Order: sequence, then structure tokens, then C-alpha cells
Amino acid sequence: MTTLLAQTAGDAGIGEGIVFWILGPVALGAAIAMIFARNAVHSALFLVVTMLSLAVLYMMQQAPFLGFVQIIVYTGAVMMLFLFVLMLVGRDSSDSVVEVLRGQRVAALLLGLGLALLLVAGVGRTVFDVPSAGLGNDAANGNLPGIGKLIFTEYLFPFELTSALLITAALGAIVLAFAQKNRDAKRSQRETVIARLRGEHARISPLPGPGVYATANSVAVPALLPDGSIAPESLSELLEGHEVDEHPRAASDARSLTGRRPELPEGEQK
Amino acid sequence: MNPSYYLLLSALLFSVGAVGVLVRRNAIVVFMCIELMLNAVNLSLVTFARINGTLDGQVMAFFVMVVAAAEVVVGLAIIMSIFRTRRSSSVDDANLLKY
Repeated sequence: MTTLLAQTAGDAGIGEGIVFWILGPVALGAAIAMIFARNAVHSALFLVVTMLSLAVLYMMQQAPFLGFVQIIVYTGAVMMLFLFVLMLVGRDSSDSVVEVLRGQRVAALLLGLGLALLLVAGVGRTVFDVPSAGLGNDAANGNLPGIGKLIFTEYLFPFELTSALLITAALGAIVLAFAQKNRDAKRSQRETVIARLRGEHARISPLPGPGVYATANSVAVPALLPDGSIAPESLSELLEGHEVDEHPRAASDARSLTGRRPELPEGEQK
Repeated sequence: MNPSYYLLLSALLFSVGAVGVLVRRNAIVVFMCIELMLNAVNLSLVTFARINGTLDGQVMAFFVMVVAAAEVVVGLAIIMSIFRTRRSSSVDDANLLKY
């Protein structure tokens, strides 16, 4: 690692070029594949590939701290959070192919192409041949001490603001994630009884069960009232709605079930 | 190697992320495209730090990472609560600002 970083100090040689021309296309290809992957989980995995390549590119550019933070925070924490939410929301919630606005995709592709052309042309015309100063002075004591010194002196106030931001984000996530819990909380037995007596339910007692044990062995049998009439509330609407056909009885001839022909007597050919 | 190639790669990644935000319908994938754009900007910040010879760009990229982490947490919580009420994570279905 130290030899690698020593090589990349200043204008690094051919090694950096090789790494860039391998990982740059990988990152770009994975990003494009992320857009066109129909499955959201595949998109997440392609994004992980892009982020890992970018982490190596950070390390090649004398930013080993950012490279490792990229791996730990982005591919480790953020993408796992994405995958968790994908699993919670439902992996099969793939995109609909229907275009809500007509021609929107083509227009978006054209706009993206135009943006890419504009940015590339701008970079190419303005900063392409700017000499690179390299991080020779700042990186002399190591990358991490330099960043730490900057954060705790010059950028101390923004750094403390980020703590407030993180606490707010954690609180917000908790509030949003637990909002549903209060709504359909279970009522206790006493509260249910009080609600019944107050008349929130259609009747105080539960519905009568079917007369299974009275006369027959089926839930379709209605319950009988004391005077012998049928209790209308014990009739199941589901069961009453369907006409039940009688099952076809098996023929008494057992051969018709097995499909075998009756044995012909000996000597009687057909 | 000329560090401006990193800037070109960053510009291309940013454009790809922007196209993804415009094209995709799944809110989570749209969110991933936003993350891709943030990463592209981080790459350009690191490259500018190298070109200028100071570490300020790297500190800036570090702050971008912190903000992105907070944003991901809140955004995914919002997506989940929208999914709970509307049973869908498509950005077309969330057309009413109603809880």
C-alpha cells in the first residue's frame, strides 16, 4: 500500500493509467447497466460495482482515506440499507414499461446525451491541460493526518454541524419508520369490551356458530333456535352462495374403475 | 497520467445518473441514481484536490459523503412510509401530497 501510494505521488506513471483505463470503463459500464437493469436488485449490485471502482480510483489519487470511507460507508452501509429496503418493499416491484408521458424516455436520453457532451466539452476546453500540482506538501505527513488537521481547525464548525444533521436524520428516520405503529395498535380486552358496550360493534355478543354438534357433521348446518327454527345469523353466506353438486358415485363394477377388460373365457377369441 | 481524464469520467457518470433519474420509475432506483451523481461529484472533488495540491477538496468530498448518508436514511424512510400507505414504490403513484 505504501509503495503504491508512493508511486502515485505527483504525476504517477503508467501504473495509474492502467488502473484508470481498466476501472473507468468498468465504472461507466456498471452505471449504464444500473439504469437499464429491469430488476432493482441488479441495479443495486451494479451500483456497488461502480462505487468499488470509484473507491480504487480515489486511492489512486492520493486519497486513501476517502477510498476506504467510500467502501465502508457507501458499499458497506448505504447499499446494504438499499437492499434491506428493497427486500421490505418487495423485490418484484419492478418498473412498469408504460410511459406516462409520451416520448419522455427518448427526451430524457437526448437530454442526458446533451448534458454529457456539454460537460465533456467544457472539461476538455478549460481544464484539460492544466498541470497537476499533486499533493506533495500536504501528503508529506500522510493523508489522514492532513485531513484530520483540516477538519478540526479550518472546517470545525461545518464538522459540528454535521453532527446535528446526523442526529436529525436518525430522529427523522425513527419517526417515519414508527409512524404506522400507533395506528393499528392492538386494543386490550377491557377496551374491546367497553367498545362493544358502547355500541361500536353491530352486536354485543359474537355471532352464533353453526349447528355442527346439534344434528350433523358439517359447518353448513345452521344452528337452531330454542323454538326449533333456524338462526339466520348462523348461516354462512359463503357456503349458502354455492350450490354443492353431489359427488359422482363410483360404479359398482370395479372393473370400470381399473379400466381392465373382463377376462375372456379360454378358447373364445374375438 | 493527465488527471483530467478523471474529470471526464466524472462528467459521464453524472450524466448517466441524471438520465437514470429521468427515466426510471421505481423510487428506490431513482434514489440509487442520485447516489451515483453524488459519487461522480466526489470523484471530481478528489481530482480537483489533486490538481490544486491542497486537501480541501478531499475534506469537501468527506462532507458530501456525510450528507449523502443522512439523506439516504431519511429518503429511504420516506419511501417506506409511502409504500406503507400506497402499497407501491413507483414515483407515478405518489401524486398526492397527503399522508
